[in-house]
Amino acid sequence: MNPAIIELKGVSKRFSKSLDFAGRMAKKLGAPVREETVHAVDGVDLTVRKGEVVGLVGESGCGKSTLGRMVAGIMPASNGEILWHGRPVETLRGAEARRAKLQTQMIFQDPYASLNPRMRVADIVGEAPQVHGLVGRGQFESYVDEQLRRAGLDPSLKRRYPHQFSGGQRQRIGIARALAVQPEFIVCDEAVAALDVSIQAQILNLFMDLRRELDLTYLFISHDLGVVEHLSDRVVIMYLGRVVEEAPAEEIFARANHPYTQALLSEVPRIEARKKTFAGVKGEIPSPLNPPPGCHFHPRCPHAFERCRIERPALREVAPGHKSACHLNDKS
Amino acid sequence: MAQSPSAYAAAAPAGAPTLEVRNLQTHFFTRAGVVKAVDGVSFTVGRGKVLGLVGESGSGKTVTGFSILGLVDAPGRITGGEILFHGQNLARLSEEEMRRLRGNRIAMIFQDPMMTLNPVLRVDTQMIETVLAHSKVSKEEARQRARDTLGMVGIPSPDERLKSYPHQFSGGMRQRVAIAIALLHRPELIVADEPTTALDVTIQAQILAEVQKLCAETGTAMIWITHDLSVVAGLADDIAVMYAGRVVERGPVSEVLDAPLHPYTAGLIGSVPSRNKRGEPLRQIPGMTPSLLNLPQGCAFQTRCPRAAEVCRQDPPLGELLPGRQARCFRPYLPSGEAAA
Repeated sequence: MNPAIIELKGVSKRFSKSLDFAGRMAKKLGAPVREETVHAVDGVDLTVRKGEVVGLVGESGCGKSTLGRMVAGIMPASNGEILWHGRPVETLRGAEARRAKLQTQMIFQDPYASLNPRMRVADIVGEAPQVHGLVGRGQFESYVDEQLRRAGLDPSLKRRYPHQFSGGQRQRIGIARALAVQPEFIVCDEAVAALDVSIQAQILNLFMDLRRELDLTYLFISHDLGVVEHLSDRVVIMYLGRVVEEAPAEEIFARANHPYTQALLSEVPRIEARKKTFAGVKGEIPSPLNPPPGCHFHPRCPHAFERCRIERPALREVAPGHKSACHLNDKS
Repeated sequence: MAQSPSAYAAAAPAGAPTLEVRNLQTHFFTRAGVVKAVDGVSFTVGRGKVLGLVGESGSGKTVTGFSILGLVDAPGRITGGEILFHGQNLARLSEEEMRRLRGNRIAMIFQDPMMTLNPVLRVDTQMIETVLAHSKVSKEEARQRARDTLGMVGIPSPDERLKSYPHQFSGGMRQRVAIAIALLHRPELIVADEPTTALDVTIQAQILAEVQKLCAETGTAMIWITHDLSVVAGLADDIAVMYAGRVVERGPVSEVLDAPLHPYTAGLIGSVPSRNKRGEPLRQIPGMTPSLLNLPQGCAFQTRCPRAAEVCRQDPPLGELLPGRQARCFRPYLPSGEAAA
């Protein structure tokens, strides 16, 4: 097995809204106000090994983007440990800390918001490698050209601004920027969600080509199970801040264990379906401000029983390499 | 009294489609030139049927929907073609006549429910207003109808929810309220513009389930505008594929998706990830959507088409290439044994 690039152990992220002046006064006078805390990510274990493509799937508000940001190192964890090549990231100092940051790059969902509209493409792509001394003054132009060509863009367009490009081209600029600092690990946060189907296919193919060419490792965050199934070696499913299931891609699409995964898989619109009757999981995604106790999925779960309402199920192995967090597995 | 759809359906000749669009053209007269956003769109939708209108961004699918409801603003204008609603040409109606139809017999659901809902009014205020705009009923009856419709789209405890403001609903619930408002007058035609695109998978499935049930029960015809072929596959009866302002292929969903005639349709289906083998490169359509200001002479798809030939420099007509199947192509993928038209 390849060594782990990044390892998360019981990582949590909480966001609190502190009380404003009026709130504090009201509290002093005995009003039932308190600080609101969102458990965006709640005790997650995750390992990404060298050369792997890990798909991270979940619906809105499940904490997948927050988790991605912590993995990419642009957001600290509230609790738990993040190991980079076996060493805790918070203990890294100086040049090594910078290297860890450079080695992990992120590609964002919105190609419109993630590029500085007032910078030329050449500077967007070339700034970071220049600052970090990966490229000297003399080679700057040729280096940028090479990065753009690799992402499938015509280098003659590098004097243009982002608004002069289409959505798909902008996403390619984002990819060129991420790859320009020679990372080994890329976190893609819904990187193809905003693109049209035909453009999406082009970008996904580019990701796969780059993976082979540069020996990249991906954490691919998406709500689109079709995309994740196509791309990933391993799939992690999240629901309301927790990992509910984790397995190799073939395994999870053939033998989903967790009721949430099963529901999700049966509800995905498929092009092979003809006049299917949509059923729908009952209920809404609960607010992460006030998640249900026990298993977060129990109010919507068709198999829920007493224990699900009280005890949080642990993520446990149900088959080799296949983990699931469900009390049903202990029942039989 | 409330107008029931059956009264209209009875007035129309048996078997006549609810809506027939013939060679619709909606052009925008901009400073940079005339943008032919919709340039020759034809399709029909029958009672209780769902038509999937599929296309990528900029293909003109939303402008088609807006044209049907008479919502195209300047500098845009319907410049040609007919929109026949029970035989009546909507493109010729005055603004006042259109207003009487809109929200009453024809309704629209938008991608963003906040385009339908007023954020500073309670849901009951908005719904009652909508009922009273087209029906002469008492306020109490209107409230009754609002409550019943909310229940119909699957909103629990509709009495309480009527007193809420839009921001107190989740995204999926808000879209349900918008759908309920569209359904208040039991319209004969609903134009739905990407109504589930912004929603999560499980919530999308709930909404699709409601919509399916409603179409079957009330006989409402539906135009479902989307870029997602997978949603159309499960929901629609017929499909019309748009590219650069034109319908390039139409026919029954199962036939079009199983054996597309037009190379663009084939390319779209091929680039859906689940249609490809895991790990292998996706089949992709090269290039990108051309600017509507600068279309090539002849077939708009020729620059990206794997089958393009000399003949494609001329304008292909939308022809019936197989029974019930139409495509705008000189070199379609015909089942083997049949010569190209």
